[in-house]
Amino acid sequence: MTAPRGLTIAQARDALRKGAFTARELAETYVAAAEEGARLNAFIAHTSEQALKQADAADARLKAGDAPAMCGIPLGIKDLFATEGVQTQAASNILAGFRPPYESTVTRKLWDAGAVMLGKLNMDEFAMGSSNETSAYGPAINPWRRKDAPDTNLTPGGSSGGSAAAVAGDLCLAATGTDTGGSIRQPAAFTGITGVKPTYGRCSRWGIVAFASSLDQAGPMTRDVRDAAIMLGAMAGHDPMDSTSADLAVPDFEAALTGDIRGRKIGIPREYRVEGMPAEIETLWAEGRAMLADAGAEIVDISLPHTRYALPAYYVIAPAEASSNLARYDGVRYGHRAKIRQGEGITEMYERTRAEGFGDEVKRRIMIGAYVLSAGYYDAYYKKAQKVRTLIKRDFEQVYADGVDAILTPATPSAAFGIGEMADADPIRMYLNDVFTVTVNLSGLPGIAVPTGLSSQGLPLGLQLIGRPWEEADLLNTAYALEKRADFAHHAEKWW
Amino acid sequence: MSIDKDTARRVAHLARIEVAEEALEPLARDLSRILDFMDELSQVDTDGVEPMTSVTPMELKRRDDVITDGNRQDDILKNAPDAREGFFAVPKVVE
Repeated sequence: MTAPRGLTIAQARDALRKGAFTARELAETYVAAAEEGARLNAFIAHTSEQALKQADAADARLKAGDAPAMCGIPLGIKDLFATEGVQTQAASNILAGFRPPYESTVTRKLWDAGAVMLGKLNMDEFAMGSSNETSAYGPAINPWRRKDAPDTNLTPGGSSGGSAAAVAGDLCLAATGTDTGGSIRQPAAFTGITGVKPTYGRCSRWGIVAFASSLDQAGPMTRDVRDAAIMLGAMAGHDPMDSTSADLAVPDFEAALTGDIRGRKIGIPREYRVEGMPAEIETLWAEGRAMLADAGAEIVDISLPHTRYALPAYYVIAPAEASSNLARYDGVRYGHRAKIRQGEGITEMYERTRAEGFGDEVKRRIMIGAYVLSAGYYDAYYKKAQKVRTLIKRDFEQVYADGVDAILTPATPSAAFGIGEMADADPIRMYLNDVFTVTVNLSGLPGIAVPTGLSSQGLPLGLQLIGRPWEEADLLNTAYALEKRADFAHHAEKWW
Repeated sequence: MSIDKDTARRVAHLARIEVAEEALEPLARDLSRILDFMDELSQVDTDGVEPMTSVTPMELKRRDDVITDGNRQDDILKNAPDAREGFFAVPKVVE
């Protein structure tokens, strides 16, 4: 028997438990799907043998009646997660050939829960980008196409672009992502899937290649809200290996999905109505408000006055942390090492290794980071940005103290754009993709992107819900109510 | 705030990234544009505001100062571009 495609995690879980097909059959179906999807450039490494082995182990657990929800579910893993014995390069040439002798905590938890690894997924180099175009493997391609330009390759967003393309193209049931400034939510919105950035500290960062440690969080990228709840439950939890991981119990997120949000207060922040926002995003947002009101929520206008300073603060803090984190790539312990000439020494070796190994955007951010941390500029840039960060977080605390339960905003300022369309643009224009999402990372809050409509070009558009810290269960339930009313039943037509 | 060619050279060296002489001008322009964007921060009144050091207020856990891992020389050297006799090999550092 063969297992079908197109199932959600919840559907596959129930079918596996009933014995409608085996984990091995499901793994075989998706090993083939992942390999057939080569034109999407989502997978950069296949681990098919490992997948079948894990599937056999999952079948044994299913048979024994000891099968957690993720047991036998085929997943794609973003290349930022260290996977033991499997290439882990953060889509960078500087980590060429790196095979970690250890497993990240989040992926280990998933394998312990019985999940199956299909392979590693494309991303922006070191998670720095919003279009997957900075990847050393070339960009992942969005399975969706514009109605009037069906031959134009669109970006799946970034940095978790491969994860988004793989889930939207049904090359896996779900994927891991990471989000430093919007890297789960923006690609989820660009590809019509669901993506969660949990509260900072909910998922362990151990074994995830570090970009900006005070902002990075791992999260699930899935077909729907229920799957996000199931997968987040398997990824989350305290880890003594990450001193910033929270020692809090992980609630049953799926059990929280009642769809009942009567009396909940949903805030609409006026500062998110940005200049030049396309009318269809404005309409999408208004529709989302109406859907939540229809579900019985109370919609209130709110103000987050420091919103406009979030992007500049982010683009000080994230590069500063990156310049420090990426100092370890020096050609000594792993990855690429440049050749040096007669008479040159270790400094030339470091400088050339990094010049050859890092792409342009990564170099730019490392240098900006080095600059804002350097003597004479530290107070003006870095310390200033950290103070502004305090104010941005305070805005949210104020709103939550006033009784708001969640905040509704657009997820992105536009639908997916074409590969190469931003090539000549100022780097700042690319950074503007994060305008609705960075505030959430700066404040450590949980956020979720849910697909709720289509653009005039037939491309998916998403809304973002922002929750209170540690209240992912409540946030997922609000997202569930929104999802039910939006009833987004569209899929990308297969062309690859 | 604008970055000139000499500052670009200094920043590249601070970051230990080799940049060819002819690439310094465009790099300086790029960095300047990004810094201009960041200058918006100077409009914010941050008098008396504490800079954020931890986004989630939590106390760092302590643990006993004991060895919990080790004896993994092979694992540690496995990915090295040049490892010899149990060491990472690098160009001569001290004359």
